[in-house]
Amino acid sequence: MTEFLAGFSAVLIRDLRLALRQSADLALVLGFFTIAASLFPFGVGPAPETLARIAPGVIWVLALLSVMLSLDRLFEQDLADGSLEQMVLTPRPLVLTVLAKALAHWLTTGLPLIAITPVIGILLNFPTAGYSTLLIGLALGTPSLSLIGAVGAALTLGARRAGLLIALLVLPLYIPILIFGVTAVDSVLTGFEARAHFLYLAAILVAAIPLAPLAAAAAVRHGVEG
Amino acid sequence: MARLSATSLTCLRGPRLVFEGLGFSLNAGDALLLTGPNGSGKSSLLRLLAGLLSPLDGQIMANGHPISDDIEGHRATTAYLGHLDPVKSTLTVQENARFWATLLGLPDRVDVALATLNLTDLAALSGRVLSSGQRRRLSLTRLLLSPADLWLLDEPTVGLDTNAVATVEQMVADHRARGGVVILSTHVEFQLPGAKTLDLGDYTPAAFRSEAPV
Repeated sequence: MTEFLAGFSAVLIRDLRLALRQSADLALVLGFFTIAASLFPFGVGPAPETLARIAPGVIWVLALLSVMLSLDRLFEQDLADGSLEQMVLTPRPLVLTVLAKALAHWLTTGLPLIAITPVIGILLNFPTAGYSTLLIGLALGTPSLSLIGAVGAALTLGARRAGLLIALLVLPLYIPILIFGVTAVDSVLTGFEARAHFLYLAAILVAAIPLAPLAAAAAVRHGVEG
Repeated sequence: MARLSATSLTCLRGPRLVFEGLGFSLNAGDALLLTGPNGSGKSSLLRLLAGLLSPLDGQIMANGHPISDDIEGHRATTAYLGHLDPVKSTLTVQENARFWATLLGLPDRVDVALATLNLTDLAALSGRVLSSGQRRRLSLTRLLLSPADLWLLDEPTVGLDTNAVATVEQMVADHRARGGVVILSTHVEFQLPGAKTLDLGDYTPAAFRSEAPV
C-alpha cells in the first residue's frame, strides 16, 4: 500500500513541479478564461440584466473550454520524450499513475479557474446570491472534467491535430456536467434548492474517479505501442 | 530453466514482416548482442521483449513462463532503455533521477547512480542545459535505480564519449557478474566478453531481403 502511495505521490509531485515551472501554460489558460469572458459584454451588449441572465452558462462553458485547451499537456510531452513509455514499463499500476496525472492537472487548471471565477463573475454581473452555488458546482464538476479529459487526451496520443480531436471526443461528454452545473445556479436564483444538482455532479465525479483512469490507462498502453 | 528465451518469434510492423522464426535462450549472467542492418528489427525485438509490442507469432518465456501470463511481474524485473531520453528540461538532474528511482523502487540509490555515471557535479543543474551525452548518461542511471535483472538496451552508447562508454561496459559487466542478463544492440564497438551474437539480418523474410520496395 505504501509502495502504491509512493508511486502516486512521485507522479503527482513531478507533474505539479513541471506545471509550476512552466507557469506560462497556466497563465495562458487563465488568460483565455478571462479574455473570452470579457468578450461577452461586447457581444451581447452591456445591459446588466442580460449579462446576469447568461452569466452562469457563460462561466461554465468557458470553464469547460479552458480545461479542454490544457488537456494536451497531460500526456503529449511525456509521449514525445519517452517518459510515458517508461511509466508504462515501471512496476507501478498505470491506473494510479494516470489518476495522479489527472489530479495534478486539476490542481493546476481547475483549481486556479475556480479561484478567478469571482472576478469573472463581477465582469459579467453575476448575481451575488448564486456565487456559493457556482463555486461549489465548479468544485464538484471540474475534477470530472480533468478525469474525462484524460481519457480523450490518451485516446488521441500521437494523432495529428490532437487538440481538435480531443475537443470532438471530450466536449459531448462534458454536457451532463455543464447541465447540472448551470441548472444548480439557476434553481438557487429562482428560489429552489441546488442539492439535487450537486448530488448529480458528485455522482459523476464518483463514477469518473475509478472509470476514467482505467479507460485512459488502456488508451495510454495502446498509444505507446506505436 | 532459461531466464529469458524466445522461440519462432515473428514480428509485423505495419505492412512489413520484420523478422520471422527468431529464437534464443539466455541464462543468468548471459549477454546477447544484437547486430544487423538498419531496419532488420533490433529495436522491434527489444520492444517485444520489454512487452511494449506483441509478436505476430512465437513465444517469449521468462523463467519458463510466457511473459504475457504475468506482464506486471515481467516489467518489474525488466529495465528497457530506448532511443529517447526521458529527461524533463525543467527538473534538475537530481529531481529527474529521484522521480524514476521512486517509480522503479530504489530511491536510496540516486546519489550512487549519479556518481557512477559521473553526474554528481551536475546534480543541481536543470535538464535544459544538459548536452545530449549528459542526457544519455542521466537516462542510463535508470538501470542502477531499478531492481531489474534483465536489461534491454537499444544502442545505449549513442552520443557518449569513450570514458562514458567504458563506464557503461563496466556497468554491464558488473550486472552480469551479479547474475543479470543483458540484451544489447549497438552499431559501435562495445566490449561484451563471452556474449552470444544474434544477427537479425539472418531472420529477415526472404521476400524482403533484397531491400525490394514493399
